[in-house]
Parts: sequence; structure tokens; C-alpha cells
Amino acid sequence: MALSPVAFIWVPSTIAWVCFIISVGDPARFIDWSWLWLLFRATSPYFWSAFGVALAVGMSILGAAWGIFATGSSLVGGAIRVPRITSKNLISIIFCEAVAIYGVIVAIILQTKIDYTAPSPELGVYDKYAMYSGFSIFGAGVTCGFANLVCGMCVGIVGSSCALSDAQNSTLFVKILVVEIFGSALGLFGVIVGIIMSGSVKWTA
Amino acid sequence: MYGFEMLNFNIKDGYLEAIVRGHRAGLLTVADYNNLCQCENLEDIKLNLTSTDYGAHLANEASPLFTTTIVERCTAKLVEDWHYMRCNAEEELGKFMDYCTYAHMIDNVVLIVTGTLHERDVQELLDKCHPLGMFDSIATLAVASNMRELYRLVLVDTPLAPYFSEHLTHEDMDEMNIEIMRNTLYKAYLDDFQGFCRSLGGATAEVMGDLLAFETDRRALNITLNSIGTELTRDDRKKLYSNFGLLYPHGHNELAAAEDFDQIRAAMEKVPAYASIFNKLGFGESQMLDKLLYEEEVKRCVVSFEQQFHYTPFYAYMKLREQEIRNIMWISECVAQNQKARIQDGIVFTF
Repeated sequence: MALSPVAFIWVPSTIAWVCFIISVGDPARFIDWSWLWLLFRATSPYFWSAFGVALAVGMSILGAAWGIFATGSSLVGGAIRVPRITSKNLISIIFCEAVAIYGVIVAIILQTKIDYTAPSPELGVYDKYAMYSGFSIFGAGVTCGFANLVCGMCVGIVGSSCALSDAQNSTLFVKILVVEIFGSALGLFGVIVGIIMSGSVKWTA
Repeated sequence: MYGFEMLNFNIKDGYLEAIVRGHRAGLLTVADYNNLCQCENLEDIKLNLTSTDYGAHLANEASPLFTTTIVERCTAKLVEDWHYMRCNAEEELGKFMDYCTYAHMIDNVVLIVTGTLHERDVQELLDKCHPLGMFDSIATLAVASNMRELYRLVLVDTPLAPYFSEHLTHEDMDEMNIEIMRNTLYKAYLDDFQGFCRSLGGATAEVMGDLLAFETDRRALNITLNSIGTELTRDDRKKLYSNFGLLYPHGHNELAAAEDFDQIRAAMEKVPAYASIFNKLGFGESQMLDKLLYEEEVKRCVVSFEQQFHYTPFYAYMKLREQEIRNIMWISECVAQNQKARIQDGIVFTF
């Protein structure tokens, strides 16, 4: 049963979050919403944009790695008996690797869009253009990262089935490859949306 | 979570699943069986088998070939494959594969005990045991004279120990009690195996659940058929049926009350899955039943390979290889005794 992640990750983190929200701010209020809003408002857009870049590359590579081990273990096992499948089925591995490359490209593009602006001197908050830019780079990174994560998992599982089916019957390879191509298009969707989202960032008026 | 095991299955077991699917690709096809059926003597059979997966094991056999030699070499191939996979298996798969072999252990125990009862030589009995079900202290089974000693001396150290502890008696072992012991052990084993597969969850629980349900229903059917006309009471018979399967619990009540083949047939036909088997039997016929049950088992084992990312292919591969070895034995016997007209009666085709 999946009791272990629930007991050791979700429950403690929920308890920690709830304790945090209740304990900060004005002691007179149970949950000090205005304090929390100010906390959010004062978070630097550079935090968000850096986190977005990290997610873009990190999650993409997680997805690619997931896919590569899923395909690779089946491929190695199947190739012992049927060595001819190795050369053709490397395409599945290459599709998974492409997912990692998408993540790196998007991360590089996103980080070139980060510019310096100063916060306002009175309250220490950034103006709306800077906040917009920070959020959109974060959003682009999350979009690209999660899209590539599931794309990598998908291509990996289909690639594993493709290797095993090819070992039994070599006419199946091309047909299952079509399924993989559709799967790898999912990563591209994430990249495209990410690039569009971060296309209009400007850090000052 | 059911359906999500495909994300992590390949971490531990992807390599071995690919290996077992490779072995499945090497099972004998209809063309191979046709070639074997047209052989004139055992040398021809050996020649034909050399071009299949069995080649490496049969190639160096010396000239006076016997049926038992061929069967032994073919079983050695299964054992070698199984041993390789078992050595490379991680903990859960390893435990699953061990469960698959406990059935052979039970058969070996019963073989040695029965053989000792008939005063056969222990060494000769050990040679006849199935290699997948051997354990270290198996030779000392010959020393025990009743079931309590059997348990205390030998079986308590084996994996069969938890299956045994319910029915310890001081009775001497005779044919009837040994059969009852075999079926009691088997019942406990199947219940335990089913519980283990359920705890694994996901596709393994579902597909193995189906295969084990068929196995247990088939054993219930065979127990009922074999105990018609013996002194086994209805309650005793009911105690030998497992606690799961399509026949549990209402079918078991009916089977326990059945006294002849037609009543058994009526009880089994109430389950739609088995009605189709009994439809192929003519009215009053019971000889073909064995072959039909084997065919059904083979069909289910082949179908279990259709889904990926579960442990059932290992169990199914073992069953399919064993059926294949039974086929080869039948063909070899028919060829050796010059009864080629009856060859087609005994073969169960895999594909």
C-alpha cells in the first residue's frame, strides 16, 4: 500500500504548513490574511523566475531519466535473446533524451530573459512589470517541466513495450513507434506554451 | 495504485520480465509439433529438438536414448532458465518465484513418502523428484513413520511448515491419508499464494488471481471426481477445497454433495467460465476432461502474457514449459511404442 509517502511526506508537510499559517502575523488574529498577503507580495520575482528555470530543467530531466530506465531495462533483457532489436529500439531512448534537451533549451531561454530591476524604496516591493515577469517565467518553467515529465514517462513505458513486441514480431516496431511519436509531441506542447508565456516579459515599464 | 505500477515496475524487474518473454518466444509452435509427430524413432525426435531451444541440452546425449532421458534433459532446461531468473530476482519477485515452486515441493514430499511406504529405494525416489521442488533435507523424509514425525523432523525447516501445522495426527500413513495430506497442504498453499498475490496488488493480483482461481477450481473438481465412491465424507471433502475461486462458496457446497459425474457436471456448469469446457464433453463422457482442463490452463497462461508489468509471466512460463515437456513425453512414448495414431490425442498445443 502507498501508506509510506502519505505518512512520511504528506502528513508532516501539511501539519507544518498549517502550523506556519496559524502562527505568523498579528497574534490577535487566528489567520492573519493581510500579513500573509504582504509576505506573498514581497517575495522577490527573482525567486519565482529562478525556481521556474530550475523546474524547467529539473522536471524535464526527471522525466527523461524515468523514460530511459523504463525502456533500457526491457531493451537489455530482450536483446539477450534477440540481438537485432538493439539498433532500432535506440530510437525510443533518443525520444526520451530529446525530452531532456527540450528542458535544457527552455531553461536557457528563460534565464536569458531575467533582467535587473530595483524594488521600490518605501515598502521593498517590486512593481507590477517585475512581478508579472517573475510569475510568467515561473509559469513557463512549471509548464515545460511537468509536460516533459509526463512525456518522458509515457515515451519510456511505450518504448519498453515496443522493445518487447519487436523481439517477438518485428513488424510491430514501426506501428508502436507511431504511438511513441504522438507521445513525444506532448513535450513539445509544453515547450511551445512555455516559450509563448515567457515571450512578453519586461522588467520595467 | 492499480494502473500505476508500470511507472516503477522496470526499476527492479524490467530486465527479468524481458528475459522471461524471450523464453516464451522459444516455446514450441504447431510447426515444431508437426515435425515431432512425424518422427520415426527417438533419434529423430532428438534431431528435431536440436533446432529448438532444447538444442543445447539434448545435443550431447549418447546414443541409446530413452524417453525418460529426453524428458529429463528438457526439464533441465526449464530448471536452468528458472535458476537464472531466480538468482537475479529482487526480493518481491524472488518470493513470488519461490511460491511458484512450493507446489513441486509438495509433490516431491508426497512422492517420497508414498515411495517409502511401498519400500522403494530412497535414491531412486530422489531421482524421480521434480528438480524445482528440491530442498536440503528432502532425503530424511524416508525416515519418518507418521505425520507428526514428518513435520517435526523435516518439514518444520522448509517453507511448507506453515501449511502443515493444522492437521497433525499420530496416524500411520497409508494411501488415503497421504492423499488427504497432499490436498490439505495444497489447499493451504493456494490460499497463502492467493493472499500473497493480493498483497502485491495491481495487475499481478488481478491476473494471478484469475489463474489461481482456475487452478483451485480444477483441483476441487479433481478431488470430487477422485473421491466419489471412497470413504471420504462430505465434510472432509469440503475441508479440502480452498477459500477462494469462482466456485467458492456455493459451488463448493454443491460439489461436496455430488455423488456422480452428472451431479458434478451440473454444479460446474453453473459457472459460465467452466460451462464452455463441459459443453465440449459429450453426455456421460469423462475421459476427455483432463485434456480439456489442460487446454484451458494453457489458454489462460498464454493470454496472461498480453499484459505487461506484472509477475504472472514467470508462473505462466513455468506452466507452459511443463505442458510442453508433457507433450514431448507423450510424443516420445507414442513414437517409441509405435502408436503414432494416438499422438494427436495427447498433445495440447500452446499457440
